[in-house]
Amino acid sequence: MQENTLSRPAALPQLPKSPTGIEGLDEITEGGLPKGRPTLICGSAGCGKTLMGIEFLVRGIQEFDEPGVLMAFEETGEELAANVASLGFDLKDLQERKMLRVDHVHVDRSEIEETGEYDLEGLFIRLGYAIDSIGAKRVVLDTIESLFSGFPNQGVLRSEIRRLFRWLKDRGVTTVITAERGDGTLTRQGLEEYVSDCVILLDNRVIDQITTRRLRIVKYRGSTHGTNEYPYLITEDGISVLPVTSLRLEHEVSNNIVSSGIPALDEMFGRRGFYQGSSVLITGTAGTAKTTLASAFAEKICQQGQRCLFFAFEESPQQLIRNMGSVGIDLQTHVRENRLRIEASRPTLNGLEQHLVTLHRLVKEFRPDAVVIDPITNLITVGNVSEVRSMLTRLIDFLKVSGITAFFTALVNGGAGRAEMTEEGVSSLVDTWISVRDLEGIGERNRGLSILKSRGMAHSNQVREFIVTDHGIELLDVVLGPTGIVTGAGRLTQQLEEHAQTLAVQQEAERRDRELERRRRMLEANIANLRTEFESVEEELRQISTHEQSRQQALTTGKQRITAANPPAQTAPTPESGQ
Amino acid sequence: MEPEPFPDFLDPTPADNGPEYVLHLYITGATVNSTRAVRNIKDICEQYLKGRYELLIVDIFQQPELAQQEDLIGVPTLIKLKPGLVRRLVGDLSDRERVLKALGLNAADGAPGHE
Repeated sequence: MQENTLSRPAALPQLPKSPTGIEGLDEITEGGLPKGRPTLICGSAGCGKTLMGIEFLVRGIQEFDEPGVLMAFEETGEELAANVASLGFDLKDLQERKMLRVDHVHVDRSEIEETGEYDLEGLFIRLGYAIDSIGAKRVVLDTIESLFSGFPNQGVLRSEIRRLFRWLKDRGVTTVITAERGDGTLTRQGLEEYVSDCVILLDNRVIDQITTRRLRIVKYRGSTHGTNEYPYLITEDGISVLPVTSLRLEHEVSNNIVSSGIPALDEMFGRRGFYQGSSVLITGTAGTAKTTLASAFAEKICQQGQRCLFFAFEESPQQLIRNMGSVGIDLQTHVRENRLRIEASRPTLNGLEQHLVTLHRLVKEFRPDAVVIDPITNLITVGNVSEVRSMLTRLIDFLKVSGITAFFTALVNGGAGRAEMTEEGVSSLVDTWISVRDLEGIGERNRGLSILKSRGMAHSNQVREFIVTDHGIELLDVVLGPTGIVTGAGRLTQQLEEHAQTLAVQQEAERRDRELERRRRMLEANIANLRTEFESVEEELRQISTHEQSRQQALTTGKQRITAANPPAQTAPTPESGQ
Repeated sequence: MEPEPFPDFLDPTPADNGPEYVLHLYITGATVNSTRAVRNIKDICEQYLKGRYELLIVDIFQQPELAQQEDLIGVPTLIKLKPGLVRRLVGDLSDRERVLKALGLNAADGAPGHE
């Protein structure tokens, strides 16, 4: 960003900026603090003003190679070094390397006697000397208002402070001035009227026993900037500002598909799963196996050799592993092989922002392919609905930009039937929404699953009953009864009835087959009978004809013999006489 | 309360043969306040502490490193190192009554020309 503004001074030069290196702040300020000008950071006690100043210097040295001077009016160099050592800032080392100079200005009213006119040239000389000795580009004055307690002559002080800021500007050093917040004014001593370039307001609010720190840019002359209040945190690595809306909707999308871990559920989606990098929400009433579904997804991710980060807000990792083991989902192996990481904490442990930062940090550290949060509804205990929503928006944005598939579960209050809106109203933010619910009837509860929406792919419109078995979740085939889909015992009855029916039909068919067979056999028997009858008749006839033939033959033979015995003269009249 | 003792260049053995008053005046070149402060302190010393004092005038434009070392903010600053507690007097020293009081002097002790 910095290079951009510097590399094109031709047309309309942009205001040169000095990147702070503080996470998120450069995004809001669109590049950093105004280069070579003073910036006022004001806020009440415990906001992290000093820390922000020091981080500005240390990051400037470490990341941008710009030496810095810290002029501390309240704490000594040793105290400051000890305070920020926990953040990994080694002020001693930086001082030895001549990159940082810490000058503690001790102001004590009791030691100072005003004896006439004076100016603050001493301060100028000290600062000038410190800047020159290391070639500093950045200066932090923490907290210059302390001077007001030491020098009673306000007129002199004010004109001198004005002169100091002018002088710092002329020297071209980027200056951060911290100031305590006043009553109704930004600073107690009205310093904001001397610093006109950039004013950042830090705020520390306790709402419902939870502290949230917020940052707002009150003004930034000559530059556009984020105008919202941005939550920020003091983490182990320093200050982290979380821009809410600076992320634009222009992330890359993936066409890859990730499985839900349940084959039958995948079948319900037009493309057999979720898009990689999309966000999936499972809502359901208590005890509808939301966590089990989430775990099945996590297991699937890990089985494919990818990494999954699992935030459990209800169960400890051991409990989760044990419980999921009982339904055949083996998380232990994946945890051991460092593919799955379970982060369990009570939502009330931290404020929302802290959770978000933890998440950011872990995601950056672990580089997962998928993130599971179970359940997001518990976060409501630490913030109000709009805060949770804004946090989740940022979270979903963040995960989307990183191309990480997000899998959330949310508890919805039953009773009102189908809860179309989750409490957080995140349903509009997610890409895929699966609803699990109790299907209650005839004395039992059964679990039903349906897809409410799935952006970018067709999906089944059926409500499917699913059961949690020893080997994971199983979706059952749809059983339609006279009044719609039947589940549980009803489904079993229905299935039994159907079974009986088919059995009966089968038996009937078999019976008919047998009948036919019988008939055929009867017919065949008849045919055989007839044939036998026919045969006997035929034989009889044949016999008759044979007899006839032989008789004829005998007759003929007899006649011939007679003819031979009696000469043909007297043939006719006396046949008997021969006998 | 008490800053580290400033090394006394001129008198390494301040036991009893050193001057009674040791005063260091830090100024910034020839600015109005500085020249006035120099004139005022010289007057006071001559008038009240003749022969009993040692005055060191330091121009911190010339030695800027001393500004931090001596924790200077307002200039001119007069630091009374001896006798008694170290005191810092900021200003051009024109408020003579306060200067004398801070130095532990009684206005009546000196010449009759007091306010």
